[in-house]
Amino acid sequence: MLQIPIWKRVVIWGLVACGLLLAMPNLFYSRVETHNDAARVVESTGAETPELSADLGRWPSFLPSGLVNLGLDLRGGAHLLAEVQVADVYEDRMRGLWPDVRNALRAERDAVGPIRRVDGPAGELHVRIGNADGMDRAVAVVRDLSRPIVSLTGAGASDIEVRGEGDLLVVALSEAERQATDNRAIQQSLEIIRRRVDEVGTREPTIQRQGETRILIQVPGIGSAAELKALIGTTARLTFQPVVSRTTDPGASPGPGNVILPSLDEQGVFYVIEDRVVVSGEELTDAQPAFDQNGRPAVNFRFNPTGARKFGDYTAENIGSPFAIVLDDEVISAPTIQSHIPGGSGIITGRFTVEDSTQLAVLLRAGALPAELIFLEERTIGPELGQDSIEAGALACIVAFVAVLVFMGLSYGLFGLFANVALVMNVALIFGLLSLIGATLTLPGIAGIVLTIGMAVDANVLVFERIREELRTARGPARAIEQGYEKALSAILDANITTFLIAAILFTLGSGPVRGFAVTLGLGIITSVFTAIFVTRLIMVTWFDRARPKTIEV
Amino acid sequence: MRLRLVPEQTSYDFFRYRRITSAISVVAVVLSLVAWMVMGLNFGIDFSGGTSIRTESPNAVDVGAYRAALDPLALGDLRITEVFDPSFGESRNVAMIRLAAQEGQESVTGDTIAAVEAALQGLDPQVVLASVESVGPKVSGELVRTAFIAVAVAMALIMVYIWLRFEWQFAVGAVAALFHDVILAIGIFSVLQIRFDLATIAALLTIIGYSINDTVVIFDRLRENLRKFKTMPLVDVMNLSVNETLSRTLMTSGTTLLALIALLALGGDVIRGFVFAITWGIVVGTYSSLYVAKNIVLQLGVKRDWSKTGGEPGTQFGDDPA
Repeated sequence: MLQIPIWKRVVIWGLVACGLLLAMPNLFYSRVETHNDAARVVESTGAETPELSADLGRWPSFLPSGLVNLGLDLRGGAHLLAEVQVADVYEDRMRGLWPDVRNALRAERDAVGPIRRVDGPAGELHVRIGNADGMDRAVAVVRDLSRPIVSLTGAGASDIEVRGEGDLLVVALSEAERQATDNRAIQQSLEIIRRRVDEVGTREPTIQRQGETRILIQVPGIGSAAELKALIGTTARLTFQPVVSRTTDPGASPGPGNVILPSLDEQGVFYVIEDRVVVSGEELTDAQPAFDQNGRPAVNFRFNPTGARKFGDYTAENIGSPFAIVLDDEVISAPTIQSHIPGGSGIITGRFTVEDSTQLAVLLRAGALPAELIFLEERTIGPELGQDSIEAGALACIVAFVAVLVFMGLSYGLFGLFANVALVMNVALIFGLLSLIGATLTLPGIAGIVLTIGMAVDANVLVFERIREELRTARGPARAIEQGYEKALSAILDANITTFLIAAILFTLGSGPVRGFAVTLGLGIITSVFTAIFVTRLIMVTWFDRARPKTIEV
Repeated sequence: MRLRLVPEQTSYDFFRYRRITSAISVVAVVLSLVAWMVMGLNFGIDFSGGTSIRTESPNAVDVGAYRAALDPLALGDLRITEVFDPSFGESRNVAMIRLAAQEGQESVTGDTIAAVEAALQGLDPQVVLASVESVGPKVSGELVRTAFIAVAVAMALIMVYIWLRFEWQFAVGAVAALFHDVILAIGIFSVLQIRFDLATIAALLTIIGYSINDTVVIFDRLRENLRKFKTMPLVDVMNLSVNETLSRTLMTSGTTLLALIALLALGGDVIRGFVFAITWGIVVGTYSSLYVAKNIVLQLGVKRDWSKTGGEPGTQFGDDPA
């Protein structure tokens, strides 16, 4: 009657063992953390010092080393929600476009007459032309300045919209280009912020896009949000410098007036570079992914007038020699100058994929934040407060745990003990899953675990109460146990599915700590149903097989 | 000897006083709504915008002196409260300072915080800012909206689920019970002026989750008994179902409350409001699953012939998992 096939037993115990194994590193938190930090350093630098080896040795590498991340409210640190002012970018683009529009229209002076820029609404370029009859010509000329958009969705569209209203020529970014621009502005800001934050070397910062134009930045261990703001506000330094030579020896003597800098994406490659800035990133107005005349991915870039002149002069004198694009003392790329580049715009070709060229364009633009950041939300949690919260939470967890264990033992005797074993495994499984998916544990998350401890016994209680009822009808203990499980199942599933729905909603709509709560609640439901209907049952059946009791008391 | 919260078999008549219990529920809901209207809610910065600063110091907090020190900074509306907690002890004195959102800026500037810190340290050199949280008016508006949507979506989904799994009368009863629980929770927040923030919304949703859990378990038994006793009057079937599940209802509430009380007493002051909301919700939720949901189903009546529904909505999960 009460039979569970051997493969099912193996799977159940196997899953439990996996969960326990995954949860184990959390018992040795600081040890494993030291090990993980060392492993990360070794991986990124490739060098292993004796110190790092010692740290690595603190946790055997064959064991799982995933840990539950501690949220800011537990670890202390700073949280910022920044909004990128994308409209700034539209302004910049129009400002950058004006010289080209002016030159193009001046060449057609005969048809369009004298031109004058007039004020227009933000993000639009308004030009009054002397001869309204020449508007069609003017629109056509300016349209020729447009470039096709390189993006997945906006294929075929061009970047600007030009229309004539009487004698007024209106130029604005097209809708597709605005979207593409927004996206680029956010990507670029993310990239810059990530580099900035990585520079201070704090552990596992979170930098992610939120919604259309927002960026969430969470940095554990930093003193205050104000400090973090100062860091993000600093502009990255981008320069164009002449290349002397290329080497793989970082210790090579660069010679007087030169510096040696590593390559950004080629491991072990270094460039000897003249310590002289031809043009700097402040003079770059734009960089876009594009294709060269042979249809290969490339990057278009454009300087402001001063930068354009300097760049034009330099390229004219140095055709055939490489120059380096340097960002934060790393060489992004060192293309060879193919021809004199007048007019301040150029194209970087190379062995790029589309992703490469997009990324390089981002990097090129990453010299300065594309737009102002406005901080909408900031939170600083001191490390002591976080530590206090951990201690209080842990104590509450233990007390809650013991109280529930005792209560269950008193209420259901031996069967309560079975449920208790399952409860211990349940908590271990929650931690195992949290570690596995790298979820973040927050203070409300701890509350979620405590609540789960309380509620996890519910499924067992349902079954036990049902078994009690079935025992009253006196059809023998084995039958009662089987019936108890069968009949309680519907209620267990209905009750837990509805609660799981709630956890899912919280996860989708919540943010930060609330999300942490949703995660522990949701995982807790999954593990508690699993332990109640599989683990407790397996324990009970195993016990029943051995003891063969004539009667049972639940 | 086993611990039994209720006798082996009970046959309390839960519905004899259903007019009274219904009236109690209605009065409680109305009182909560009145409190909400009259006293309002003590919104945290998540929902009202502004800045909340937690200070800690080994020296005693003098709210008046803090205010005097901060007034010259002209920060607008300023609220200072001392936080008491049994776990703090003599050498840990905590205060919360609330600043209104500052004119023309979203989150607070570093300068403002530095000025506050300097002013307080002039008063008490050992004071530290344990946490600073600032939410701009833009985000707080969105958070209110999201929170509202979260609660509404949760209710709607549950209603649909119960409707699919049971019958529409059950869905109405269950959702009415949820409204009852949520409004009573908001009521207690209003009466006691506990801070109402994002974590409170999470607490409300947890209450919804717990209450529905409780309600569904009894509904499940009710459905089973309706099939079994086709001719018994509805009120008797309901009484039987509630009595049969009473032991489980109280056991689960008991263990959950045990865990929550531990958290309430020992979990620290930072999440006390959150835990309190859930604790209150469990008590109210247990009551509402016993009374509100059932009273309404009783009032609406229910289809008695379950045998023909087959694999359609209103069936149990039948297969055996292990």
